[in-house]
Amino acid sequence: MSARPPKETRDPLARKKARHVAPGKRSRAMHALSARAAQGRFVLQVCTDCGTATYPPREACPNCWGKLAWQDQPTGAEVLCETEIRVSTDLYFRDHLPWRMGKVALDAGPVALVHLHRSLTPGDRAVIRTMLDRGGNAALFALPPSGEIDMTDPQLREFVVPIVGKTVLVSDARSAIGLAVVKALHEAGAALVVAGMAPPDRALGAGAEILSREGVQQVPLDIADQGSVMEALSKIGGPLDIVINTARHVRAGGVSANANLVEQRRAFDVAAMGLSRLAQATGPMLAGRPNGAFVDLISSDALAGSASHAGFAAAEAARLALLQAFRAEMRDAGVRVMAVFTGPVEDEHHQRVPPPKVAPGRIARSIVEALTQGHEQTCVGDVAQDAMARWLEKPALYAREKNL
Amino acid sequence: MTTTAPKPETTRGALAGMVAELASGAIRVVDLTNVLSSDFPVIVLPSEYGQCEPFRMETVSRYDGNGPAWYWNNISMNEHTGTHFDAPAHWVTGRDIANGTVDAIPPEDFIHPAVVIDIAEEAAADEDFIVTRAFLEEWEAQNGRIEPRHWILLRSNWAKRVGTLSYLNLKDDGAHSPGPDAGAMRFLVNERDCIGLGVETVGTDAGQASLFDEPLPAHSILHGNGRYGLQCLTNLDELPTRGAVIVASPLKIKGGSGSPLRVIAMVPSHPD
Repeated sequence: MSARPPKETRDPLARKKARHVAPGKRSRAMHALSARAAQGRFVLQVCTDCGTATYPPREACPNCWGKLAWQDQPTGAEVLCETEIRVSTDLYFRDHLPWRMGKVALDAGPVALVHLHRSLTPGDRAVIRTMLDRGGNAALFALPPSGEIDMTDPQLREFVVPIVGKTVLVSDARSAIGLAVVKALHEAGAALVVAGMAPPDRALGAGAEILSREGVQQVPLDIADQGSVMEALSKIGGPLDIVINTARHVRAGGVSANANLVEQRRAFDVAAMGLSRLAQATGPMLAGRPNGAFVDLISSDALAGSASHAGFAAAEAARLALLQAFRAEMRDAGVRVMAVFTGPVEDEHHQRVPPPKVAPGRIARSIVEALTQGHEQTCVGDVAQDAMARWLEKPALYAREKNL
Repeated sequence: MTTTAPKPETTRGALAGMVAELASGAIRVVDLTNVLSSDFPVIVLPSEYGQCEPFRMETVSRYDGNGPAWYWNNISMNEHTGTHFDAPAHWVTGRDIANGTVDAIPPEDFIHPAVVIDIAEEAAADEDFIVTRAFLEEWEAQNGRIEPRHWILLRSNWAKRVGTLSYLNLKDDGAHSPGPDAGAMRFLVNERDCIGLGVETVGTDAGQASLFDEPLPAHSILHGNGRYGLQCLTNLDELPTRGAVIVASPLKIKGGSGSPLRVIAMVPSHPD
């Protein structure tokens, strides 16, 4: 008997389940909150004149009409009251009733209407997370003080991507990163990890034992080739829930100096066109799943051009642009499209790059965390975190400083 | 006034006879080509060098919105992907050979008879089997002298490994597959005046040939002397030792160093 969780079975004659997403209309101020929530931050608007924190997001301070600015806030809160919604005309919520809501007094000041974890009752302390709902919009969720995500809470599962029992495709399992991701997903309880094996075909070396374990299936996959992508997908038994795209082509080189156009083109073919091929082929498969997700590993070089890795950075920037478009396409299907940014990796491709570098295992843990915590955007390691912070603050200055 | 040698003549009858024999099946046509697909392995060089791109295909339309009544694909590959032809200009030794690129090779060179040398047993016993001059001389003692202006085809049965890891046979110390050494190549080129060397493996040279005292002798000596290479052939086991005629015409790529191609052999039903 298999020790792995069994694959889900379905009634073959049952009518396909139509999936809905939470209603998506929001004010511009609310979208600004969502953009920050996607980065995993808990922020509120604070008045620059009177210092009052406010929620929900608005255009001016409700106290003094002063100008508002976004600020990170303490996440603590006290539950004031609770209610359970049993009837709704909204298609999405009708599918997920009953639904618990409550009011909390935020330590930051305002009282907010929040989604309420099933264990919380009035008087309890709670931590508040801004999480993205199935429509991609920020929502406040009150969790028990431990902040732990309880995957058995159906309401909470709507805000994250469960891994246990799921089928996951890893696009480049031959690389150090890919191997680590396969291992992490397998350990996180995925029913099947499909390991895409890029050419050239060769016997597995030491350290790749994970690929031969039960619950891991190797399939030849060259994401630079449409036919290879289709063939690889045809070899996956049962539905596909999650795609992790770890494929990349890291090569040093400039534009006019020390340029290698073959490598540059290859970087685009793998990172940018590869993403398109993979997204086009797997998007419809993920769209039919209750918790579909696509995670893309992107270099923080995507944020601004790199003189030392010009082609790579350009390809990663193109990849980011395509990923943003793909995210918009998948919004109506409720498929989460996530980005995990990393700086230089402790692998064979970054031998000439000085530390700090990110270990492949750490990237893998971040990917698992992004899924289970529902983080749309994660930066793993000091380099990526620093790059993102500087880029968010002053993109033009960052691009200049990066290549001094 | 200059005199020119009279041109050799043939009659329409000779060609008509061949066509009739093709039609009747008296001449059998054997396809020596592997399927050109994205999963067909390409040669892997040490990582400091640029690499060979495999065959790739992207559909433009297939009776759909992008072309309701037609099906076609964009394809991309290296010149040395799949069953392919090596022109003299492929190698540095052949850089000054006149007409050394595929677009300039005289078309009469696309059709030549072949001698098939069977090394299947030796290659099965030793995946690094090296064809030497002594081996070829021994082969001639058994099978008769190799005639001039022939393709030399090495039947190693390597094509039967296609689809398995043992085709490229990449290990931690590089690829392992049979091929000739420099002595054998000089013998075939200088003393037997071969047209070229055709092999079932991914390169005319042995897998470990970059480590030979004279590295990559097949490429170096063949192309330095204006001879050609054919790689990734299959079905060589269907050819007689002598009597087959190879048709191998590469694409006319401007300044090309080689080309994927369809290689066929015409085989008489009674070679002797």
